[in-house]
Amino acid sequence: MLSEQHIAKIEELKKRYPRPQPVILAALWMWQEEHGWISKEGIVEVARLLGLPEYHVYGVVSFYTMFNTRPVGRHKIEVCTNVSCMLRNSDRILDHIRTTLNVGTGETTPDGRFTLVEAECLGSCGTAPMMQVGDEYYENLDEAKVDAILSSLK
Amino acid sequence: MMMEPLILPPVPGLRSIDVYEAHGGYGMLRKALAMKPEEVTDEVKKSGLRGRGGACFPTGLKWTFMPKQTDKQKYLCINGDESEPGTFKDRQIFEFNPHLLIEGALIAAYAMGVGTVYLYIRGEYNRWIAMVQKALDEAYGRGYCGESILGSGFSTSITIHRGAGAYICGEESSLMNSIEGERGYPRVKPPFPAQFGLWGCPTTINNVETIANVPVILRLGWEAYSRIGHPKHPGPILVGVSGHVNKPGVFELPTGVLLTEIIEKYAGGVTGNKKIKAVIPGGSSTMILRGEAIEGVTMDAEGLKAAGSSVGTAGMIVMDEDTDLVRVLTRIAGFYHHESCGQCTPCREGTGWMHKILKRFETGAATMADLNLLLEVANNIEGNTICALGDAAAWPVQSMIKRFPEEFAKRVMPTAPQGGGAAGASARGATESASAVGATSGTTLSPAHS
Ligand SMILES: Cc1cc2nc3c(=O)[nH]c(=O)nc-3n(C[C@H](O)[C@H](O)[C@H](O)COP(=O)(O)O)c2cc1C
Ligand code: SF4
Ligand code: FES
Repeated sequence: MLSEQHIAKIEELKKRYPRPQPVILAALWMWQEEHGWISKEGIVEVARLLGLPEYHVYGVVSFYTMFNTRPVGRHKIEVCTNVSCMLRNSDRILDHIRTTLNVGTGETTPDGRFTLVEAECLGSCGTAPMMQVGDEYYENLDEAKVDAILSSLK
Repeated sequence: MMMEPLILPPVPGLRSIDVYEAHGGYGMLRKALAMKPEEVTDEVKKSGLRGRGGACFPTGLKWTFMPKQTDKQKYLCINGDESEPGTFKDRQIFEFNPHLLIEGALIAAYAMGVGTVYLYIRGEYNRWIAMVQKALDEAYGRGYCGESILGSGFSTSITIHRGAGAYICGEESSLMNSIEGERGYPRVKPPFPAQFGLWGCPTTINNVETIANVPVILRLGWEAYSRIGHPKHPGPILVGVSGHVNKPGVFELPTGVLLTEIIEKYAGGVTGNKKIKAVIPGGSSTMILRGEAIEGVTMDAEGLKAAGSSVGTAGMIVMDEDTDLVRVLTRIAGFYHHESCGQCTPCREGTGWMHKILKRFETGAATMADLNLLLEVANNIEGNTICALGDAAAWPVQSMIKRFPEEFAKRVMPTAPQGGGAAGASARGATESASAVGATSGTTLSPAHS
């Protein structure tokens, strides 16, 4: 289920487009915000709210990388490893997080606190290396900074 | 060269509408509303503004493609997908001057008779989306947006459409599919968006920075604007510099500025005072240049074309003499492989092949035959796909092979059979013409200073 506020927001957004289908990304975002990932239940609910077939919603979910199709940790850490970050040692940052948390990329810590993934360019090339956790960008990273950030994320 | 910054003026608190208005903000919307729509388009046309989204297409001309007489809705999509590696400029507009973007959007909408504007922003930029949304709410609150703007009778809405992580959605037809709530597959062109865009209606797609230039043109007048920077590609341009420089960042500069000046004067020079091995001038899709070849080259469509590359997004990536370019190219190839939407066989298969072959070079498991194969695959993609992602994937590979053959020669297996000796030692001959190397004859290599 989606919260009443979100359902009201979806109804508002529908007015911004000539048909309901364009609200699909926004609705999926709302579901992910509430539940952390897009489950089968989420797909069914979004399809119902927008009057779309479930396979269509499923197709959209699978097209975009930011929708989690499985549960993830409370904090999803995305380390950019694209060129500008690579030139400023993003591999060291990634390795440091891997060893500190004892997880591989794509994995979640056993306590469900962190999921670690590699990301493509996040538009922070001038403040590389960087990582994104949730909506937050952490930039100009070094090992000490990473340690401080990780311990602040409960 | 340049007077004061026009897109990102250093005014504290400019993100708030009060400060923006105190500095003359929304005055150009008033001015535009007092003009005829086609006069506004004409002003933009004469200013010489060219799109900042990658292709440098003349903006005013693009606007004239929109039909004047039509019973259909007309749309403007503003492209803030900003996902090209090395590019981080539109984000500065969202953060430091969102009202300039909104004012530009309103003026553009008025000029084209557009009643609905969608501002597409990449999903990762959620914090910046919040900033722009706040500015947008303020603009609605003061009657700049919505029904009968400032009593003019002209109405338009602006809606932020948040993406969800897909580089391809920055391609204009894919962006429209994404807005429509489809998967973001690029469409075959023609038909072009001005005839058959969103929901089959006339649509224009412009980059965020392009639209932010519009109020500036009205403020200065087209003539003064056209005198900024390079005459054939005028105006202020947001140049992003990343990689091995002391002070990476986004710098607002007049077009036509020397690449060497950007690196030395604005980006604080190369870290550790090293030499520059290579520069990617405008985001990962643009052709790589040798460090010694950037001397005298300027940041504008003409200058970079003459140098054998392009402006792209003006996101420069600087690489020092110790950079492992094979590793750089492998990473870039991995990116395009990951981001290919898979619709066209040459792109879907080719990007995977290129990545795989390059990984062989990276690990020292490649032979010289692999270099031929790599180039052949790249040449096969270029020009044979639905959208320009295919070309964007091919260009870095083609230009790297052409301009840095020695980087590959160093990396082939020492035992690789080579006409007359070990691969490294046998590096000779020329590879100036990238297509010539596509032939299956034995590749011979030497540094080509192009
Ligand atoms: C794969 C690909 C990705 C693109 N990504 C962007 C982008 O993130 N932002 C952008 O403005 N243009 C992007 N473009 C270019 C757009 O298709 C389009 O040309 C541009 O938005 C037009 O705006 P302009 O005329 O103002 O430059 C991309 C093109 C391709 C082929
Ligand atoms: S060129 Fe690549 S990204 Fe573009 S439509 Fe074809 S497969 Fe998709
Ligand atoms: S390359 Fe890492 S943010 Fe752009």
